[in-house]
Amino acid sequence: MTDKALQRNKRYTAYVDKVSPSTNTIHSLLKAFVIGGVTCVIGEILRNLLGMIPGTDDNQATVYSSVILVTVAILLTGMGLYDKIARHGGAGSFLPITGFANAMSSAAMEFRSEGLITGTAVKMFNVVGPVVVNGIVWSSVSGILVWAVSMLMKL
Amino acid sequence: MTAKSQTIKFHNKPRLIAGMSVVGKKEGEGPLGKYFDETDDDPKMGKSSFEKGESAMFAAAVKGAAKKAGISTFDFEALFAGDLLNQLVSSNYAARDLPVSYYGLYSACSTMTEALALASAMVNAGYYRTAACVTGSHFAAAERQYRYPLEYGCQRPPYAQWTVTGAGCSVISAEGNGPAIISATIGKVADYGIVDANNMGAAMAPAAFETLLAVLDDTEMNLEDFDAIFTGDLGRLGARILRDLCNERGLDLGQKYSDCGEMIFAREQNCYSGGSGAGCSACVLNSFILSKLNRHEYNRVLLLATGALMSPTTSFQGETIPAISHGIILENC
Repeated sequence: MTDKALQRNKRYTAYVDKVSPSTNTIHSLLKAFVIGGVTCVIGEILRNLLGMIPGTDDNQATVYSSVILVTVAILLTGMGLYDKIARHGGAGSFLPITGFANAMSSAAMEFRSEGLITGTAVKMFNVVGPVVVNGIVWSSVSGILVWAVSMLMKL
Repeated sequence: MTAKSQTIKFHNKPRLIAGMSVVGKKEGEGPLGKYFDETDDDPKMGKSSFEKGESAMFAAAVKGAAKKAGISTFDFEALFAGDLLNQLVSSNYAARDLPVSYYGLYSACSTMTEALALASAMVNAGYYRTAACVTGSHFAAAERQYRYPLEYGCQRPPYAQWTVTGAGCSVISAEGNGPAIISATIGKVADYGIVDANNMGAAMAPAAFETLLAVLDDTEMNLEDFDAIFTGDLGRLGARILRDLCNERGLDLGQKYSDCGEMIFAREQNCYSGGSGAGCSACVLNSFILSKLNRHEYNRVLLLATGALMSPTTSFQGETIPAISHGIILENC
């Protein structure tokens, strides 16, 4: 590319950045806070209620409430409602466990037309693949760090 | 400005004798709803997948256009078709049921004017008497190929665009009634360094700008010589950028200029910056623009369909977005 074209592109992209509308940060943050917050509050309520069932300890209650949240998120995805909530929620709706459920189930549904194995099974991790990979990589890293620190402590 | 002419003039006046537009529900509910010939509420058109639905939409557009022209699909000598899906599957699969010579074209969202240019050239030269041009796009089919699953909850920037679900077909004939296609200006690929694949309006506006200058230069016409100028799918932001680029050159587009992508959806329809896709300009041309020409509300129209020529692969590799725009001039004469 010639210098002249590079100069032109630099000028043009700077101009485009200036005129492209951006989302209102405070507005988006507030909506994400409310929707993410409500999801977490529902999770807490579920956990506390489940914890009252005799014979259920706190760990079990936590697992059950996660399962319920995931199931509800998948149901909402199937009914075509989750993406409408997420349009407002942003990070507030994709960060909690419900976002993960939505990403997996939406991909699973979407690629059903290419078959259960060649479509759904292959593409199911299409969106969440990076989350899983990063989860494994960084938990391994932290595991190694914990082990190294504990070894140092012993010295 | 341009050293050599990019414009082909058609002296034998190939005519656009009939147009058919088939659109989805959202487009039908938009401001241009009443102009479209057929609105289908089912995004799959009664088929089992979105891709098959898009193909069915193509077939419906071609058959409808033949009917409106008072002929059958057997009378088409050639079909110039294109869409956005990999390997042009919607066009190819629709064409397998049509008894005509078939040209599969890809020029992203500017395929309609490329098809019209080629068909007009063939008809003008006398190789064909009647040819059909059809392009289309489908929101759901394009989403799954270019972006995320439909039900995946993600946010898009306000300058993103919404792929139009629809197909438009034009019948080009050596004789008959209808506006003549008097020239076609074949664009050059323009890349002004835009990287964000959501900002297609900004990527395509320079291509439309360069082709507009080429049209004015080659035909020696001025903006005043046109009753209306349309771009394909720049969206609100792209249209604004094109106006700015023109102003810089001392050209005021004013009220004459509109963008098909901006027109097809209302702001309340939550389509961000407006519509996009190969079906966008095809549907608007074969409904709104054609009816205005036939009623002589417009007598000379310039249509500049615009296309962004990237793929998800090149976007992930950090490439900038090349864009193209082909212009055709329609005239009542």
